[in-house]
Amino acid sequence: MLVKLRNPSKDLIFDGPMSVVKLLKKLDLQRESVLVIRDGTLVPGDAVLPDDAEVEIRPVISGG
Amino acid sequence: MKCRVCRAPGVIDIRRHNANFCADHFLRYCREQVARTIKEFDMAAPGDRLLVAVSGGKDSLALWDILLELGYDVDGLYVGLGIGDYSDVSGTYVQNFVSTFLEPRGERSTTTLTHIDLRSEYDYDVPTAADATGRAPCSACGLSKRHLFDKAAREGDYDVLVTGHNLDDEAAVLYGNVMKWQIDYLARQRPVLAAENGFPKKAKPLVRLSERETAAYCVLRGIDYQVEECPMAAGNRHLEYKHALAAAEEASPGMKQAFYFGYLRDAAELFEQSNDGAPDGAPALLACESCGSPTSGDTNGQPRCAFCRLSQRAAAAEPVPVELLQTRRR
Repeated sequence: MLVKLRNPSKDLIFDGPMSVVKLLKKLDLQRESVLVIRDGTLVPGDAVLPDDAEVEIRPVISGG
Repeated sequence: MKCRVCRAPGVIDIRRHNANFCADHFLRYCREQVARTIKEFDMAAPGDRLLVAVSGGKDSLALWDILLELGYDVDGLYVGLGIGDYSDVSGTYVQNFVSTFLEPRGERSTTTLTHIDLRSEYDYDVPTAADATGRAPCSACGLSKRHLFDKAAREGDYDVLVTGHNLDDEAAVLYGNVMKWQIDYLARQRPVLAAENGFPKKAKPLVRLSERETAAYCVLRGIDYQVEECPMAAGNRHLEYKHALAAAEEASPGMKQAFYFGYLRDAAELFEQSNDGAPDGAPALLACESCGSPTSGDTNGQPRCAFCRLSQRAAAAEPVPVELLQTRRR
């Protein structure tokens, strides 16, 4: 699957299927600090992402 | 994961409430939290005119939308800060929100956007002000925005100036104030401040929502916002406090809300009383000789507000591009 990170932007490839919780753990990201977005909507933590998924991991913590 | 309300498939979990929501009920939850906050803290009354300070980020755009959905009479105010491409892009997000989100829903006829540009209207920008005065960029930015927001609310005869500060923002500010025991700041850390001494009433209706929730609101509502971080904010203390609190929240969901609302419930009044009795007290405010705004600042016997002092020095300086300021600060 294609995983698009933001701030800074970076594309990563992972083998699927994989749960959102496991993906975030692999990326060492806290669930409360990001949203996982696929096809314009949110993906819950217990969802399983298929191998052909394209997801955005969007950080939500801002310093302004 | 099922929605706690309708049992449909959920799209988001709110761990501190031990609740999952589908998209429709999450949007409703956000509006209810804001409505509850406005009522609980007496932030606005029916018929009040509200001015929302918008940046192009998730919080302020979500707030503008929620207030309109709740039926408030609310206008937007955007300040172009001159922070290179970041500011150009942020202004575009705000314009697009108005033209592609509000207008098609018919909101444009009832809400207006005012755009103030620091460089074209005050002859300076935030990077130049930071360099010319030696202030941290976030300090020069905050001072400029506070002054212009207050001025716009006063001159526009608005009843309340509202900002998109969320639970994470307020918990991080509280954390920083406690770590340094900033009693005077703690005494004023309320989600609503009454109008006084020429300053408008100010309110923060998003304090019951985390920034993950305001971001989720925007995604589910179809609001496009600026995700990129301000280049001047990298490494600031506020961001460090947020990361520290996020780690604590991860281990103990609800900790941030308990910290902030526990302070408001059990401690804020004590700090207010403590500050009222301080021997140095708050200095009397005078009208700035240059702009007329209330100020305690004094320059050679003439009252002059911090904004006028900063803008005068910054306007006299050579413009400093944001990239150059970043290099100088390293």
